[in-house]
Amino acid sequence: MNQPVAHPNRSLGIVELRIPSKAEWVAVARLAVAAVANRLNFSIEDIEDVKLAVAEACTNCIQHAHGSDQIEILCETEPEALTVRVRDYGHGTRPETIQSRRVDEPRVGGLGVFLIRSLMDTVEYDVHPERGTNLVMTKKVSI
Amino acid sequence: MDIKVNVRETQGDTYVVDLNGEIDVYTSPKVKDAIGDLIDKGHYNLVINLEKVRYIDSTGLGVLIGGLKRVREHGGTVNLVCTNPQIKKIFDITGLVKIFGIYDDEDAAMKALV
Repeated sequence: MNQPVAHPNRSLGIVELRIPSKAEWVAVARLAVAAVANRLNFSIEDIEDVKLAVAEACTNCIQHAHGSDQIEILCETEPEALTVRVRDYGHGTRPETIQSRRVDEPRVGGLGVFLIRSLMDTVEYDVHPERGTNLVMTKKVSI
Repeated sequence: MDIKVNVRETQGDTYVVDLNGEIDVYTSPKVKDAIGDLIDKGHYNLVINLEKVRYIDSTGLGVLIGGLKRVREHGGTVNLVCTNPQIKKIFDITGLVKIFGIYDDEDAAMKALV
């Protein structure tokens, strides 16, 4: 039997999850990703950050990705970082139009993207009107 | 995952809303309904006790902001009780600490309403 060839840049682990695009499933996604994050040397505070960022990403899919009934979550673990991809296949809203912002006066909505950008180290959106939205975000293990 | 909501009347026309659990996109409508019912009945000075809340996301924050907006239209306010450092951090990074009165215990939150 062929043995896997070690590769220095290879991710240590990949975990994939697919949930229905419904509010009651967001808790499953955030807890699953928290369990993955717990495999790395994240602090409890960092794991809470990842949990919230994943939940916000899934919530955005549910609220803005019309026509998508599934959300795909893919976690890639490396020794010093966790990358989470959250993808839907709906007709999305561009993230800049969701009004990422800090609150300076009472106003409902628009906090989700701001929280994701605040809590994760890198955040990239790929929004396509036909293919849906692919959010890639990374949290590095604090030294 | 669920949220338990308990509403208590205290002295004066002040009501305390005790929340226990996790507030997210699924559970926040229950919190919104409880706060909305109080405001609909003319109660505009509220303390929302988050001491037993383990988790809150932007939809939960949105419910609190929406309640605050409504009571302010009537000269009222919403004070929060919160000691969980992770939740306080969320209020801090979103700037909501400037909008809500956030207190370590219920007595302080009640006194600040007067």
